[in-house]
Formats: sequence, C-alpha cells, structure tokens
Amino acid sequence: MRTYVLNLIVHRLLIAGLTLLIVSFAVFFATAMLPGDTATILLGQAATPDAVAGLRAAMHLDEPAVFRFFRWLTGLIQGDLGTSYVNNVAVADLIGGRFVNTMRLAGITTLVSVPIALTLGITAAMFRGSLYDRIVTVLTIGVISVPEFMIATSAVLIFSVYLKWLPALSFANEVTSFWQVLKIYAMPVITLAFVVSAQMIRMTRAAVIDTINTPYVEAALLKGASRPRAVLYHALPNAVGPIANAIALSLSYLVGGVIIVETIFNYPGVAKLMVDGVSTRDLPLIQSCAIIFCIGYLALITLADIVAILANPRLR
Amino acid sequence: MTLSTPLSSKFSYSFSWVGMIGLAIIVFWAVIALAAPHIIPYPIGEIVDEDYFGPMSSKLLFGSDYLGRDMLSRLMMGARYTVGISLAAVCIACFSGTALGMAAAVIGGWFDTVLSRFLDALNSIPSKLSGLVVAAAIGSSINVLIVMLAVIYTPGAYRFARALAVNVNTMDYITVARTRGESILYIIFSEILPNIMGPLLADFGIRFVFITLLLSGLSFLGLGVQPPYADWGALVHENISGLPFGAPAVIVPSLAIASLTISVNLLIDNLPKKIRDRSA
Repeated sequence: MRTYVLNLIVHRLLIAGLTLLIVSFAVFFATAMLPGDTATILLGQAATPDAVAGLRAAMHLDEPAVFRFFRWLTGLIQGDLGTSYVNNVAVADLIGGRFVNTMRLAGITTLVSVPIALTLGITAAMFRGSLYDRIVTVLTIGVISVPEFMIATSAVLIFSVYLKWLPALSFANEVTSFWQVLKIYAMPVITLAFVVSAQMIRMTRAAVIDTINTPYVEAALLKGASRPRAVLYHALPNAVGPIANAIALSLSYLVGGVIIVETIFNYPGVAKLMVDGVSTRDLPLIQSCAIIFCIGYLALITLADIVAILANPRLR
Repeated sequence: MTLSTPLSSKFSYSFSWVGMIGLAIIVFWAVIALAAPHIIPYPIGEIVDEDYFGPMSSKLLFGSDYLGRDMLSRLMMGARYTVGISLAAVCIACFSGTALGMAAAVIGGWFDTVLSRFLDALNSIPSKLSGLVVAAAIGSSINVLIVMLAVIYTPGAYRFARALAVNVNTMDYITVARTRGESILYIIFSEILPNIMGPLLADFGIRFVFITLLLSGLSFLGLGVQPPYADWGALVHENISGLPFGAPAVIVPSLAIASLTISVNLLIDNLPKKIRDRSA
C-alpha cells in the first residue's frame, strides 16, 4: 500500500512538472508573439538598420521562436533570468531582495489568517444553521464576491481616514522601531488575510460539515455527546486532511491578492516589480516574475493534492 | 385554461425573496447600461464642478471626480463597459468551453486526454497573472480584453461542462443514439446539451462574477480599460488619490462592482433547485 501512495505522489509531481513546462511555454509565447520588433522598439525610430540587425543578432531574435524558447528555458533552469530591457540589469538582481519581501508578506499573512480562519470555519460548522453561522457565511460570501482592491480601499477608509490609526497608502522606507514595522505591515496583511481567510473559512466549514454528516458522528451525537464534543473529538481528527487541503488551496489565492495589495500599498515586492514592468513592457522581467508566481501557485495546488492523498485513510 | 395549467407549472419557479433582490439589482444595472447615453445628467467628459473630489450634493448626486467631472454620469457610462465586456467574454468562454467539453466527453480517447491536460495546465496560471502578461505583450484594447478574459476562463468552463457531459454520456439513450448511427454533433447538441443546460446556466453566472472581478482588478491596476473609456475598476483607479479624503468618487464605483457581483452570487445561490440541479 505504501508504494501505491508513493506512486500516486510521484505521478502528481510529474503532472506538476509537465504543467509547469506547458505554463512556461504559454508565458513565453504570449510575450514573444507581440507585434512589432523588439530590437526596433528598444533602439527607437532613429536607429540605423545595421544597429537593429546587430542587436537582433546579439539578442538571438533572428532565430526561430522555438530555439529562443529552449534557450530561455535552459537559462531559467540554470538560474539565469535574463537581462532587463529597460535598465540593463540582470533580472535576478532586480528580483532578489523583493522576493524576500513578498515571501515575508505572504508568510505573515499565513500566520495571521490560518488560526483565525480555522477557528471561524470549525465553529461555524459546529453551530451550523445558527445566527453565528449565517453571519460568518454571509460575510465570507461578501468578501469573496468583491474585488480585492475594494477590501484594501475599505481598510484604508476605516483605519486611516476615519480612525486615523495607520498611514494611508504610504510605504515608509525608514524603519526604526518595531511599532513602525507593525504599522507598515498592518494594512497589507489585513487586506490579504481577509481575502485568504474568506476562502479558507468556506472550505474548512464545508470539510467539517462533510465529516459531521457521516454515520459515526451521528452515532456519537445519539449516544449523548454534546455538539462541540462530537465535532472536536469525533469529527475533527478525520477532517484534518480535507482541512489541510483547504488551507493549501486557499493560500493559492495569495498569488492574485498580492498583485493588488503590493500595488495599492506600494509594497516593494515581486508583484509590484511585475506591474511596473508591464507599464514599461520589460518582457524578460515580466516572464521571470510570471514564472515565479506560477511556480508558487502550482506548488500550493500540488501540495493540496498530495495532502489529500496522504490524508485519505483508504490509501494508507 | 386546461392547456395553460401544465405550462405554468413548468415555467413558474418559486424564487426566494433574496434571489429576487439579486435579480432586481442585475436588471437595474442592465437597464442603466443600455440607457446610459440617454439618461446621464452631464456629458462624461465635461468638467461641471470647480472643485475636485467634491462631496455628494443635490446637483452632483455622487460628487465629482479628480478633474471635477460628474461621478453619476461616469458611473452610468462605466456600467456599459463593466457589464458589456464581462458579458461578451463570459458568452465566448462558456460557449467554447462547453462545446469543447462536450466534444471531449463524447469523442474521448486521445482527443480528451490531450485537450484536458493542456487546458488544465492553462488553468494553473493564476488569472490575474495571465492578464498582466497579455496586457504587457499585446496591450489592452477592449477587443483584446474580451478575448483575453474569454481565453482565461475557457478552461474552467471546459472542465465543468466535461464533468457534466461525461455523466450524461454513460446513459442508455446515448448508446441508443450511437447505435442508431447519429453524428457526434447530433449527440452533443440534441442529446447531451439539453440535459446539462441548468447547471451550465449557474456556471455561466459564477463565471460572469469571476470575469467582472478580474476585469475590475486589471482596470484598477491601470491595465484594463484605457482612457477615454472607463469601466468601474478604471474609475477607482483614476480617483484613487481621493481615498485619503474618503471621496465618494472612490467609494461609489467600488460599491457598484460589489452590488453587481454579490447580486449575481445571491441569484445563483437562490436559484430554484429545478434549474440548478436538473441533471445532478
């Protein structure tokens, strides 16, 4: 049985690898197929034909697209992300420090949102149909149905315009005290935590309710266990797998959220870099950032699948 | 009368009042979007207030924007772009996704495997990221936006339709139709499609919400609808500097998006079971 589970996981990882290959192909061709000649755009209208031809050769633009794709892919695997069109700096240098910033933002958000979401999700399932459950459900649907930037702007309106606790839309670079760090991270983390928790609460609640509906939990209730006891001692241990799956899946919403949040709060992370890159059409930068986000997203989704496989007692 | 009784029992669905409110708000925005050019109080490009980010008043119901233009008029015209682009994109996405999904379920074999693998891979690119990449590569005219949104959400529609069609495909009457020698097109459109129509409609609504949210998000980043046109997301984008003053110009378009997306969600959640789960 153990080898069977191992096989399933290896199969899942292979699919993730294949998916990544197709994704990188899609990203490359979406950006490589752009109308207009990159060399001409870079050098401007006044460039001599010789200069354009020279640059084309230097950038390997005269080769077929498939060759360029494999050149780009091998570079990517070796850690060479190419050179930015705009300021001629290695893309890896541009991304380096900002990657740490984005991971820090994502990490703090995870630490904040997982405990809150699990508590709300499990208690809502425990008291299903109560007023409390209905309020939680309506709020999560509300958060899911509005764009992320609306949560960010609402947070600014509440915490900085009306309550005046936090600065609005400014990211100070001079950080001297712990209090300032807290102020800087508060708003982005609140926004992201809302987006991620709403998904997590919904999925956790659904997972716990699924387990509550099984006959053995009903038996526990019939023998006289209280509802909280039946949920916490009987249902929850069997819902750990689906809940872990829900956590990993909802964390994948970080990828979309972080793009909006870093832009609106001017946070120096990879997503902000990428959005800035889009306005300057800096393709190597965009390709690298896109691949980084795709890897993160795919890793979380694959993790969710593997957790689901491991947690299924029928496969153990 | 005898004739109308079975008809009315077939077509009268019991809507809950929450669903009715959702439907009413959707119809309201649809009417605004259609009638906007005739009912806007001021031309959208005209500066009517000497102050920018003006407050709500009886003259300017939703205040003025960052140039002193009337927000109410801009919001009404914005409805055309938000609703129109999303609707066009969701129609293309659901049509192509459903057609491919049913074809994959009926044809099966290599066609199914390759198509599923490829579209699943596309599905594992975060939607906002695809939007950014396309906006960078091709730019964002309205036509490009519609096609891009449609392509991003086709894999999801495909997956949903395929899962439904695979279930129907195992039914006896499909086997009968195959034995009869019917063409694949006949099986898809006459045997499978009518049986999965209800859930497909619900999926259409959910996908419309996704597309509206993505379009608004991209416009908010300044990469969606470009000036001089402005959808609701672009209205928030251009007025974002009014946020520290709590200007209505920032808040009102956000509320408009929320009212539309939440209404669609409410309507779908409260659809009569008859429509939603007909083949489930």
